[in-house]
Amino acid sequence: MPDENINKPGAFFWLKQLWLSVRVPLAAVMLALLVGALILLISDINPLDAYAALFKGAFGNEKYLQRTLEKATPLIFSGLAVSFAFKAGLFNIGAQGQLLMGALTSATIGFMVTGLPPLIHIPLALFGGALVGALYGAIPGALKTFTGAHEVITTIMLNYIAINITDYLADGPLKDNSPGNIVARTPRIADSAVIPTPQTSLTVGILIVLIVMILASIVFFAILKKINFKIKNRILLFFLRLALVIGLGVGVGLLLKIILPGFYTQPVGFLPYEAIPIPIGFLIAVAMSGVVWFLLMRTSFGFEIRTVGLNQHAAKYAGIRVRLMIVLAMVISGFLAGMGGSVETQGIVYRYQPGFNVGLGFDGITIALLGRNHPLGVIPAALLVGAMKAGSNVMQFEAGVPSEIIDVIQALMLFFVAADVIVRWVIGAKEKSEAEQIKLTTGWGNQ
Amino acid sequence: MNFITHLRTKKLLVPLSLGLIGLIVVIVSFINNPQSTQAVLGSTIRQSTPIILGALCGIMCERAGVVNIGIEGQMLLSAFIGFMANVWTGNLFISVLAGMATGALLGLLLAFMSVTLKLDQIIGGTVINILALGLTGYFYTAGLTTAGKIQPLTLGFLAKIPLVGPILFRNPPITYTAIILVFVLQFVLFKTTWGLRTRAVGEHPRAADTLGINVFTTRYINVILGGAIAGLAGAFLTLEAVGSFERAMTNGRGFVALAVMIFGKWTPLGAWGAALLFGFANAMQTQFQFMGTFNIPHQFIGMLPYLLTIIVLAGFGGRARPPAADGSPYEKE
Repeated sequence: MPDENINKPGAFFWLKQLWLSVRVPLAAVMLALLVGALILLISDINPLDAYAALFKGAFGNEKYLQRTLEKATPLIFSGLAVSFAFKAGLFNIGAQGQLLMGALTSATIGFMVTGLPPLIHIPLALFGGALVGALYGAIPGALKTFTGAHEVITTIMLNYIAINITDYLADGPLKDNSPGNIVARTPRIADSAVIPTPQTSLTVGILIVLIVMILASIVFFAILKKINFKIKNRILLFFLRLALVIGLGVGVGLLLKIILPGFYTQPVGFLPYEAIPIPIGFLIAVAMSGVVWFLLMRTSFGFEIRTVGLNQHAAKYAGIRVRLMIVLAMVISGFLAGMGGSVETQGIVYRYQPGFNVGLGFDGITIALLGRNHPLGVIPAALLVGAMKAGSNVMQFEAGVPSEIIDVIQALMLFFVAADVIVRWVIGAKEKSEAEQIKLTTGWGNQ
Repeated sequence: MNFITHLRTKKLLVPLSLGLIGLIVVIVSFINNPQSTQAVLGSTIRQSTPIILGALCGIMCERAGVVNIGIEGQMLLSAFIGFMANVWTGNLFISVLAGMATGALLGLLLAFMSVTLKLDQIIGGTVINILALGLTGYFYTAGLTTAGKIQPLTLGFLAKIPLVGPILFRNPPITYTAIILVFVLQFVLFKTTWGLRTRAVGEHPRAADTLGINVFTTRYINVILGGAIAGLAGAFLTLEAVGSFERAMTNGRGFVALAVMIFGKWTPLGAWGAALLFGFANAMQTQFQFMGTFNIPHQFIGMLPYLLTIIVLAGFGGRARPPAADGSPYEKE
């Protein structure tokens, strides 16, 4: 990681590091689009038309852009979930199931609990979903440590089980029994649980981001404290810094709103938008990536997780409780995935309906790898995939391309980004820099 | 007494006694209710066929040291290509071959990724899974009709034996092939030079290389042949069992096959036993739904095979020992 250099390097060094870690994913995306174009040509479609429609559908106007950001939000979470597990050497294919359980829980809290103010109701539903996701993620972690059952198979099986459980609940005990409804789905969540968009209320939005960040830090640090890390003072220090940063951010935001009431609805000139519509859920996702980055890269807990991921035997020799770390890594991974489900429910769907969030967990794998398995790299990767998902509808409508081509391109992206030898050969980059090396999973045997 | 100690040393006591108990249960139930016993057991064989074929693919790959998570994708794409070949040509034999060729091609891709490019093998398999899901979703168009599906082949007088006849000797060809393949592979893996070489490559590739075995070629051939077997499983789904294709129709069978492979301790015969257990669970599931005697929501019955997989893995997976070099690419010195 570039952050761990002792000598204070200059700006040029950072740029070079950034370029080194970005060039392979970029080239992989290009190659995937090229091969995708070939497939389009086979089925008699002009790839340029298709891609133009795709781009337009993703960024063409304000509504499309908002849709892109909305689509990217749960993807950031599932990408974070998968990459967190990767850091501990675990392959969490079960983000899908954890996300479904989280989405259902958040919908249930959303419509069953009423009469709370939004500032309490929204985080309650959000964290309720995340906690259930964490519990669901704990199952494969515990199975792996105590019985040796490999997480790849158990998480996939748990995905199918989650689909069955949520189908049953949404079609049985939690079914929307309002007249006129015949499909399996839960009732609509209360208005107080709906995550607002900044166009409706900026202050509420920013406050929610604040609360979520602080609660998430508390949850993570509670875990840390439970297993006795000697960083008590550093926690205080961190919270001080965090509060300072957030306070500054909120203050600047509020000041802008007071001084320039029209700031958030100003036309931005060179962009075709009236205002930049950032959904609050997206801000929460970005904030969570920051929290995860801090947890992984700046705490001893994160260091231990990464050590376990790199070499379990060395970690054991160094006195790290490997089994505990594996379970915790899966718990946090499930927590993130579950929160992704909650955000999707409270920000976009407003209820749980089977079949609405299919595939988000699997997209997490592509996104984690595209983002070089880095908590902050996940954000642009999720934006890219989100843009493709948002644009595919317009592409289907205008260019007549089945939207499933997106899945093919995504698989190709995954292939090229994983098979970086090919990409390296294409772009003529021979050496493999330190910043680019990532170790991912462990097989059946090497535990 | 001597006989029992002999069985115990050969570790056959438990499987044999379990089989004996099972046989008694089957006979008692056949006397009580011949119709549904026959239905359940016949369905057990049919349901276990794609799973055992997938598991055989897994065994071939992993005995040579390549973890194959992509069985699900290989089955799905082969099922699709097999179905499309049936739509275009109407010739079932060619369609099955097309399905197997597709599986072999995906096996080649996996071998290329894991042996030549030395990718993380689990990621490689995931690529295949997602690619198959995307390709079949993109090229699939609803409402295609075919000339029909493969019909059962009655094996003369054998099929006239009560109970056993209709279950074992009145099946379509791929089901017979699967059962024959189990024994062929068991023989090849443990009694032939090729099998010895494969296992050597999976356990200790460096030692195998020193003795003049080409590690890369062995892995390539095993993974490609395994892919063809997975392709046969896909062809079974569209050409023999269902007769049509639908999106994501494999429904996790490829992953169940992996669990079956582990449960069977990476041996074809053991995996067959495990696959029959899963087939039985599936058959009971349909039987319960058909009878409707239990008032359990269908989602809970539908969960059973997946729960069983987890229980089997948790109960037995930890004790089973995979081939030593499973999952690690071989670097020539």
